[in-house]
Amino acid sequence: MGRKMIVSVLAALVLVAMWEPGQAWAQKEPIKIGFLAPMTGGAAQVGKDMVNGISMWLEENGNQIAGRKVELIVEDTQGQPNIALTKLRKLVESDKVHVLSGGLFAHVGYALAPKVDEYKIPMLYPVMAADDLTQRKPAKWVVRNGWTSSQPSHPFGEWVVKTLGYKRVVTIGIDYAFGWEVVGGFQKSFEEAGGQVIQKLWPPLGTTDFAPYLSQIRRDADAVFALMVAASSLRFPKQYQDAGLKARLPLLGGGTTFDEFVLPSLGDEAIGGISPLMYSAALDTPVNRRFVKDYRAKYGKVPSYYSEVCYTTGRWINDAAKAIGGDLENREKFLAALRKVEVPDAPRGPVKLDAYGNPIQNIYIRKVEKKDGELWNTVIHTFPGVSQFWKYKAEEFLKQPVYDRNFPPCKHC
Amino acid sequence: MRRALPPGTPRIAIAIVFLLLLVAPPFFSSFLLALLTQAVIYAILAMSLDIILGYIGLASLGHAAYLGVGAYSVGILATRHGAGFWVTLAVGVLLATAVAAVFGLVALRATGVYFLMITLALGMVVWGLAHRWVSMTQGDNGISSVPRPDLGLPWSFAAAVPFYYLAFAGFLLAFWFLRVIVRSPFGQSLVGIRESESRMRTLGYHVWLHKYIGFMIAGGVGGFAGVLWAYYNGFVSPADLELATSVEILLMVALGGRGTLLGPALGATLIVLLKNLVSVYTHRWLLILGGVYIGTIVYAPEGIVGALRQWTKLKGERAWAGK
Repeated sequence: MGRKMIVSVLAALVLVAMWEPGQAWAQKEPIKIGFLAPMTGGAAQVGKDMVNGISMWLEENGNQIAGRKVELIVEDTQGQPNIALTKLRKLVESDKVHVLSGGLFAHVGYALAPKVDEYKIPMLYPVMAADDLTQRKPAKWVVRNGWTSSQPSHPFGEWVVKTLGYKRVVTIGIDYAFGWEVVGGFQKSFEEAGGQVIQKLWPPLGTTDFAPYLSQIRRDADAVFALMVAASSLRFPKQYQDAGLKARLPLLGGGTTFDEFVLPSLGDEAIGGISPLMYSAALDTPVNRRFVKDYRAKYGKVPSYYSEVCYTTGRWINDAAKAIGGDLENREKFLAALRKVEVPDAPRGPVKLDAYGNPIQNIYIRKVEKKDGELWNTVIHTFPGVSQFWKYKAEEFLKQPVYDRNFPPCKHC
Repeated sequence: MRRALPPGTPRIAIAIVFLLLLVAPPFFSSFLLALLTQAVIYAILAMSLDIILGYIGLASLGHAAYLGVGAYSVGILATRHGAGFWVTLAVGVLLATAVAAVFGLVALRATGVYFLMITLALGMVVWGLAHRWVSMTQGDNGISSVPRPDLGLPWSFAAAVPFYYLAFAGFLLAFWFLRVIVRSPFGQSLVGIRESESRMRTLGYHVWLHKYIGFMIAGGVGGFAGVLWAYYNGFVSPADLELATSVEILLMVALGGRGTLLGPALGATLIVLLKNLVSVYTHRWLLILGGVYIGTIVYAPEGIVGALRQWTKLKGERAWAGK
């Protein structure tokens, strides 16, 4: 018995050791896309939207890119940087993927970037928006085809002063890098245009009860700018209304506060919320109308921005691969091609990269309205071709530190 | 079937596993090698917690703090001050021991569930510090681009295989060190305290001091695991320090068998492999992991190694009775 056990342990170890996936791809072998997304945990729903997006593009195009079959390999990051790193290793070393994409949280983006540079495999970041990934700490092999956190906030801040006429605003943002950058970008351009941020509140990530923060909000403000993510987007508008604030202070927000991802779960309390982002499902262009219609038919819900950016990622990889005749094995050439891609007619509008590798794209000011019993982000204004630096000079902009909890400082608090 | 196990079988089995861990890895696929490296680092961490859980007999939910202190020592010193391996190692271990010394003063006043809650709170303090002390830790974004260590040896630890051997050497060192401790009179008196604190006190042992020293040793070895972890991942963030990590380490010890040292190491290996390999095949991997935990609690409350020991003992007795 004892010997048998030892033998079986040995046999198992040998089997594990031999478990080495095939190597040496020939030219005709399928293109492997490694895709990282949170498929379990708190952000699993967002992960699903992301995977739906890229899968939909691939299916629409017969799972073919540049005449080669495509294999999409999805790995679960559980929203954790160290798991994401392990899965990245698996995708590159075991699966030998040609190109990588995905990722949700900013800190995952920072964790992956150096490793991606080490592997020298191009990775597209459709969602991870941390400013410094294309500003002060760029990575050669990362191609960001999504956005930077502060990108929509810059034009929005000035617009709030000039168009809505609000002069005094209270900000309430989730207390982590993404929140700081969205609020920081808003504050910078808002104050430069003559507005004053008179109070900044920072509830921690995962806050479910906002009452202590809502009761602190100064009533002498003109409006409130809220940056919520995931579960907090779901709860905040209702609590804002219940606190009696909705009738007194109009609610503005970052793009994720009123994303299509949460709108179906919200009620009338969200109506009137104004936020900027590079996408709205209500965008009235033929490309987007078709995208929304097909996506709904396929997955039974309205696409969120997560779906759109990942859908466009499929197209992005395709366009780059076509430009180099499907020779993805030549990674340097492929990377250069990825940086040169211009998509003139993505569902969100025209997209191309700036010199720092971040998209120049339209930013839409969107207002939550009810149409046929559903909530939609109606586009009320379009800023065409906004870069991550907006109207600022890149070199000068980069001299300021990255936005954080205390930058820009609250001069009028 | 009623044959007794030949004497020394467990020892031979263990020796074979160690030998395989020494010889086989260069032939593994690189992904499996990466998982194995993770497993040996987590094994160090689980063994260090075993000193508290298995030998002192207290359940701690703050062990991720020492991993964090060790990892952040590397992250900060190596990226910002260009410190080498030995410096970061010394600082990481000493700092983790110092933190354990402070935490021990607070936590060891309590036992049972109160000890659990105090260690949980202290662990969250370290997590909060990593999260909020942005100028030092870069907050939520974490510290990336931690270089692999350079020991002045002719081979580079940037490659997977040499780094595995570095981690494995660390594991052997930690195992040897902890084994010496638990087998020493000091370790034996810890077991005595676990079994009956009042009796040990009556016998004239300084119970609190014993526990306190054991607690510090656990912290220091936990910090050592943190140092290796930071070098392995090249990235440190508050996510490493979350409560979930502390719970996971505790489960590793419980799964493998507390008070056995090798048990926690086995538990760590199993959980690391399960978590990463099973999730490749199914998104329902959490169900499987949950099933394993429940199965352990129901069928092997003393953990895998505990159950194996009982089983071999039982076989021995039966064979004896047969004769």
